[in-house]
Amino acid sequence: MLVVTCPICNASGDETDFHYGGQAHVRRPATADPLNITDEEQRDYLFIRHNPKGLHFERWRCDRGCGKWFHAARDTVTMEFKATYGITELPPVELMKEAKGPWADYFKMRMKEKA
Amino acid sequence: MSTKPYRLAEGGSRIDRSRKVTFSFDGKDISGFAGDTLASAVLASGQKLFGRSFKYHRPRGLVGLGSEEMNALIGVGVGSRHEPNLRATQIEIFDGLAAESQNRWPSLKYDIGAINSKFSRFLPAGFYYKTFMWPKSFWKHVYEPFIRKAAGLGKAPEGRDPDMYEHMHVHADVIIIGGGLAGLTAAEAAASTGVKVLLCDENPVLGGIADLTAGMIDGECVEAYTTAAAARLAAKSNVHILTRTTVVGHFHHNYLMAFERVGDHDPAILASGAPKHRLWKIRADKVVVATGALERPIAFANNDRPNIMLASAVRGLLDRYGVTPGSNGVVFTNNDDAYLTAFALKKAGVNVRIVDSRSRSDGTLVKRAIAAGIDVQLSSVISAVEGTVGVTAVKIAAYRKGQGRVITEKRVDCDFIAMSGGWNPALHIWCHNGGKIQFDDRLQSFRPKSHTDNIVAIGAANGTMSVEATLAEAQTLAKKTKTFKVEEPSRGALESLWFAPATGKYNEGNKHFIDFQNDVTAADLELAQREGYESVEHTKRYTTFGMATDQGKTSNLNGLGVISEATGKTIPEIGVTTFRPPYTPYSFGSIAGSLTNDLFLPIRRTPIFEWHMEHGAVFEPVGQWRRSYTYPQASEDKHQAINREILCVRNKVGLLDASTLGKIEIKGPDAAEFLDRIYTNTFSTLKVGKCRYGLMMNELGFLTDDGVTVRLAEDHFIMHTTSGGADRIGAWLEEWLQTEWTQYKVFVTPVTEQWAQFAVAGPRARDVLSKLSPDFDISNEAFPHMSFRQGLIGGYPVRVYRISFSGELSYEVATPANFGQGLWNAIMEAGDEFGLSAYGTEALHVLRAEKGYIVVGDESDGTVTPIDVGLEGMVSKKKPDFIGKRSLEQSFLKGPNRKQLVGLFTADPTEVLPDGAYAVAQAKDKPPMEMIGQVTSTYMSPTLGRSIAMALIENGRARMGEVISFPLEGGKVMKATITDTVFYDKEGGRIHG
Repeated sequence: MLVVTCPICNASGDETDFHYGGQAHVRRPATADPLNITDEEQRDYLFIRHNPKGLHFERWRCDRGCGKWFHAARDTVTMEFKATYGITELPPVELMKEAKGPWADYFKMRMKEKA
Repeated sequence: MSTKPYRLAEGGSRIDRSRKVTFSFDGKDISGFAGDTLASAVLASGQKLFGRSFKYHRPRGLVGLGSEEMNALIGVGVGSRHEPNLRATQIEIFDGLAAESQNRWPSLKYDIGAINSKFSRFLPAGFYYKTFMWPKSFWKHVYEPFIRKAAGLGKAPEGRDPDMYEHMHVHADVIIIGGGLAGLTAAEAAASTGVKVLLCDENPVLGGIADLTAGMIDGECVEAYTTAAAARLAAKSNVHILTRTTVVGHFHHNYLMAFERVGDHDPAILASGAPKHRLWKIRADKVVVATGALERPIAFANNDRPNIMLASAVRGLLDRYGVTPGSNGVVFTNNDDAYLTAFALKKAGVNVRIVDSRSRSDGTLVKRAIAAGIDVQLSSVISAVEGTVGVTAVKIAAYRKGQGRVITEKRVDCDFIAMSGGWNPALHIWCHNGGKIQFDDRLQSFRPKSHTDNIVAIGAANGTMSVEATLAEAQTLAKKTKTFKVEEPSRGALESLWFAPATGKYNEGNKHFIDFQNDVTAADLELAQREGYESVEHTKRYTTFGMATDQGKTSNLNGLGVISEATGKTIPEIGVTTFRPPYTPYSFGSIAGSLTNDLFLPIRRTPIFEWHMEHGAVFEPVGQWRRSYTYPQASEDKHQAINREILCVRNKVGLLDASTLGKIEIKGPDAAEFLDRIYTNTFSTLKVGKCRYGLMMNELGFLTDDGVTVRLAEDHFIMHTTSGGADRIGAWLEEWLQTEWTQYKVFVTPVTEQWAQFAVAGPRARDVLSKLSPDFDISNEAFPHMSFRQGLIGGYPVRVYRISFSGELSYEVATPANFGQGLWNAIMEAGDEFGLSAYGTEALHVLRAEKGYIVVGDESDGTVTPIDVGLEGMVSKKKPDFIGKRSLEQSFLKGPNRKQLVGLFTADPTEVLPDGAYAVAQAKDKPPMEMIGQVTSTYMSPTLGRSIAMALIENGRARMGEVISFPLEGGKVMKATITDTVFYDKEGGRIHG
């Protein structure tokens, strides 16, 4: 039973007071360009998820508190929450650098977009 | 010897010889003393037999001292208070306690199932998989009933549990698991820093096995030290001590669960109103594992005979209860610790000899034993045991490490054996949440290595077996460490002994038991290796080794030792099976806690609930709601009542409490655009004051909800959802707004419970409402179908939606919840002259099915698209994006073989198809048959005077007029003709009436 702290209202509680929302930073292709989505892009959006051993990025909702969605960086081995951050935000830079595998690729792409 | 030869004349630190206690075991009255366990009292009475084993029904006696006991599983209490599978070693006796042995029939002494033992060569490892494979038809009538009767330990209680249980939640700075020497010292150390300490121990008395431990601390025996420490802790305000409380699991972020047996040991506690058990849910900053160690049995031939016990158990029986298992004992060991048992026996006047598999030991205890004149036979093992319901003699064979056969042996009379194969740190709690362990050659066992949580293991649980080192280790939590003057015997090295060779071959009448509770022998584990179950996890599941209620506490290492010798791999190479919670079983009552009966699930009641009760409503659960199913009157049965209600709506007018309908207000400048994204159809074109039916898909393109949404103002909508979907859809809308379309200025507010809402439906609906003098024009022209008015009706503030789920002229009238009952009464009264009657949810469902209206959840099951149910026209082709649009474009969701919604007329109009019945391409005598669909809604329609149904059928819309078959149970086949889904008023004129 994880202890989760909401970065919006600061409430701390058992994970059952929160709602787990799956992997963070999944981009919905239809929001950007609804008319040109390949089957592969739609498949990846709906079904393909990372499953890292270690640092992972997730969505959570403060179910019995303020009701807001937020992002969390969590280590799937130690279960430690490394950071929580806004639902429209990217993780702290040091965690993006620490990320491995598909997460590292993703954040590199996002940083390039920003620049 | 006295009349009770097994109760010594003196001794017994836990018993009060002045207080006699009488209880029954298998119907026989037995007396013991206050402080006895069931185990000690029954043994003191001279009975060695406590149960029969699981598979072979072999006679079994006590083995252990506490929660590690695997044989003596006892059912306690009668009727609804019966509790099976309790360990005799943990049951504290009281006057009137009723206990019974298990897994025997007709009696413990004469057990029919013991025949299994004779056929044991036909019951090898994995015998379920090997034996019950064929013939196939035998499974249902022969094998399964046999296995069901034979399987399982104990019997379930009868009737409702009359006792109370509760959950407790607690936070602690430090939790210390285990109140022995290590735990008590650590608790004092932690408490001295001022933090909040929780100390849990599964025994009634703190101290662990300090009383059975040799050594002196500051000039006092170890037990005197622990007793004093326990007393000091009890006086501290920052220390919370829970005895009879087993920490059963350790979970993420130092969350722990502990099971407290509050009232099991004393009926007066239960009678005072206390709960029987408590389940503690604990969150701790730091966890200290001081769970001690568990003694290993030795795998020698027929090591399961009654009166073969762990050396620590024999020592405990003598010291705590003044009970001896017999008068002539053998201590069989591979380590120094068991010598303490020999001393205790000798001191009690019991004849004892020691059989030690090691060739030498330079420990103090061994030297002392020899000096005391105890017969110590080194380089020896027990190779045979004589006796079946007890021990009459053993054979002692010469042995050196690695030897597999017996060369010479001699017979020695004895009546009990105390065995010790070494000690295993109790790693369970350490490992539950991913603690790493390492093999320790000195212990020939695993000990803690590393953990990612804030958790430490100390003392024997950490593999630290000396008193001095334990005291030092336990003070790591203190600011200032104390030093103690400790004297303790030096210990010689242990030498592993995983298998003691036997007279003859072990599979000829001899069994070396590894897992006593599941009857797994060394031969079974070796067979599993030969058959290729190389992974220890596979061996475990194939042989059921370590899978019983004791979860391999005493058997795990011995099993690994046998596998190691069979495969030539080292134990660390083999690895251990996963330790899973719980450490010991805990009661279902404690899991349920107080969440039973009325507290099991909160019930949601509409504002009209009381009225429904008073008018004889039959209720049905819809999510957490209780809705009126129907209102049977005087002599009516439910079926008649439903038919009357339906015809009342069709011919006159009915009133439905629709307050449970989900209501969500959606407000803001972007509300219309947001709804265009949510629904498959368009809402931005909806005019103010108008209603529109909408369909929602999830992102996979499947139907997820439906309902009517009304435009109250340019920037203000009220959305209706299904009764069961209100919370889910509300949260879902929030999710999209917060996470995807964050640019939208929209508020989503669930208002379901703020409004009472009723459907007034039927040809006279307008007459009823007109009588309540609405302050707006209610005429058909001024207030047409699918429009909305706000105003007063009967003086009540209302929102009125002219929408229909029955196909009749219908208004849904909503008023603030507190006005609900008043408005309901007013409508009932006004409707009286028009024949108005309340109708329930079943009538509602038949009415909508007669019109072919779908119910999301009946006609759809999470794999059904709007196209499947014939609502393709409601899926916008103009909007660039809405939820599910792109998925719905996938070819397989538009393919030709999808199941499509159709209507059905049964061949016999009086027969109603069963709900969920499968349609087949061709009915045959027996399966397999190709299934082509299933019934989704099915009713007897009083309006049409015949049965109707809807079904999802492959290519259904192309099969109009086709007759299809529904094979039912018992070989019956029903036939039905595929038809349109609209059964009544196909032109739809009535709705505009």
